Amino acid sequence: MKNVCMELSRTAPAEDLESLGRRRFHVVLITGLWGVIGAALATPAALFFLTTPANRSKAKWSAAGEASKLQPNVPALVTFQRERGGGWSPAAKETVTAWVVESPDRNITAFSPKCTHLGCAYHWANADRRFVCPCHGSQFGIDGHVLRGPATRPLDRYETKVEAGKLLIGPLRTA
Amino acid sequence: MMRQLAVWLETRAGSGSLLRRLLNSEVPASAGWPQVFGGVALFAILVQAFTGVLLALNFAAPPGENYKSLVYIINGMTAGKIIHNMHYWGASLLVVVVVAHMIQVFLYGAYKKPRELTWIAGVALLLLTLGFGLTGYLLPGDNASYWRAVVVTQIAGHVPLAGDVANRLLVSTGDLGALTFTRLFGIHVLVLPAFTVLLLALHIALVCKHGYAPAAGDIRPKKRYFTGQALRDTLAIFVAFAALSLLTFLIAAPLDRLADPADTSFIPRPEWYFLFLFETLKFFSGSLEFVGSAVLPTAAIVALILVPFIDKRPTLRVARRTVAIGVVVLACIAWTTLTAAAVLTSPNPAVHAPSGEHTAWTRLAPEELAAIAGSPQRAALKDVPDFAIQGAIVYTTNHCDACHRVNGQGGKVGPPLNGVAARRDRDWLQRHFADPQKVSPGSIMPKYKFSPRDLDQITRYLLELPGN
Repeated sequence: MKNVCMELSRTAPAEDLESLGRRRFHVVLITGLWGVIGAALATPAALFFLTTPANRSKAKWSAAGEASKLQPNVPALVTFQRERGGGWSPAAKETVTAWVVESPDRNITAFSPKCTHLGCAYHWANADRRFVCPCHGSQFGIDGHVLRGPATRPLDRYETKVEAGKLLIGPLRTA
Repeated sequence: MMRQLAVWLETRAGSGSLLRRLLNSEVPASAGWPQVFGGVALFAILVQAFTGVLLALNFAAPPGENYKSLVYIINGMTAGKIIHNMHYWGASLLVVVVVAHMIQVFLYGAYKKPRELTWIAGVALLLLTLGFGLTGYLLPGDNASYWRAVVVTQIAGHVPLAGDVANRLLVSTGDLGALTFTRLFGIHVLVLPAFTVLLLALHIALVCKHGYAPAAGDIRPKKRYFTGQALRDTLAIFVAFAALSLLTFLIAAPLDRLADPADTSFIPRPEWYFLFLFETLKFFSGSLEFVGSAVLPTAAIVALILVPFIDKRPTLRVARRTVAIGVVVLACIAWTTLTAAAVLTSPNPAVHAPSGEHTAWTRLAPEELAAIAGSPQRAALKDVPDFAIQGAIVYTTNHCDACHRVNGQGGKVGPPLNGVAARRDRDWLQRHFADPQKVSPGSIMPKYKFSPRDLDQITRYLLELPGN
């Protein structure tokens, strides 16, 4: 700030000591006032964009078929309807997929269909018993951990629960 | 390091010396406070552009979406209300300052040779400013703006020849639809700004080239813009900004309820700076309407453009420019009289006439109720309790309408909420919000952890909903 003031003062020499002082005062006043105006305009703008707007962050459960249809250790590609809406827009139904695996001890995991590298849709290669992503060759085990890069994070999971024999898939688990 | 950056920029772009040259530009010794209005006008345009961009990044133009996105900006985004208010009041400020600037230039004869082109560019900028005001106010999608859009497109459509073009451009033969509002938005945000940037560049370049017009007979040596005139400009801009901020924080921009094309009782009126035209139109009814809506305004614009060619005499001191002063005084009197007449003779737009058709607040969709919070109608609608509006705001920000229906609007995943008071009591509702599955087994409703105040307000609001 002081640099700006000094630079501006140098734009043209003042004739004598008194006008030099007055000139310096003017420069300080001009820079100061513009500083206030700038801050007053920048603050709401920054708040506007940097704070998270009120959003749909509620849990929604979607029906994803019968839990009994799952076989242990056999990943199945399941499609289900989900409501998506952001901001003010009304919820619109969209079709979403998940890779659902039932472990031998009846725990059901639903993986997000997006590779954790750059988001491509990966598939289950039964012969190799692993998930393979066609985009850059990432591979994941049946429990979602990374077998081969370039991915570094294990597969993301949806919340799951079973009610009355029906598999319900919930929101994506964060971290 | 800053010094090195400055040197680098100077050798590559000559920025430092350009800035120095601009700041040291010569201004006449007679330049003073009357010459600040141009700078304030430029500042006002920049504020509108700035707040406008912030709004445009979050606004959806099509009917229905426009209102919802605006309510979301106001209620759901931090500082959204401030930015919206500033844009609204900034428009009025811009009109006032632009006209003040024009009057000052006119009175001082600063349009004379070689500044005729500067003046003409200025007239074009005045028209663009009015164009911004006209299109901008048709965008919000509330009842007032919808009916104004209907009236404006009707008036435009009635002009012989040009009216047909206007109707095609705005797709306004018949009901106004998505295309009309999307195009209005595009005009406001893309077309008008493009022309404004070009004309501003021309106008400012010409002002830099010719300098401020000196007062008649001023032969004193010129002074430098920085710091004297720069300080005056800064102070004037600061005062204008302070006034704008005061309005922004104290008075909310008006937002009526959602546009209702079936509302036959609403009386649309234009923004205050167009009221004089609105009043003029009353003198030209029926087939003569285009005289008031097109012929007279065009004649006025042509007259404005021709000013530097009508008055070619050497500059006189302002106090001796009797004709110019007379013209300004007459124009001010005419404008004030017409505007006052418009205000006094038309019914109060805040109250719908007749009151019997005013929807009870308990029957409004939650979004519309929530929107009342931001509007001046709040004071007029005394029968709407605060808890209802706050409750509606809690309802809409949590998107309860995704699963529940209130007054005909919302999803059908969960039970409709009208008449819930007959089925459940306050205590049940509050326990249900905290843990729906515990109170209502099998429910897929998520848990809501409201603040005590929000919980109280949404519960009281829901309990007021009438049965169907």
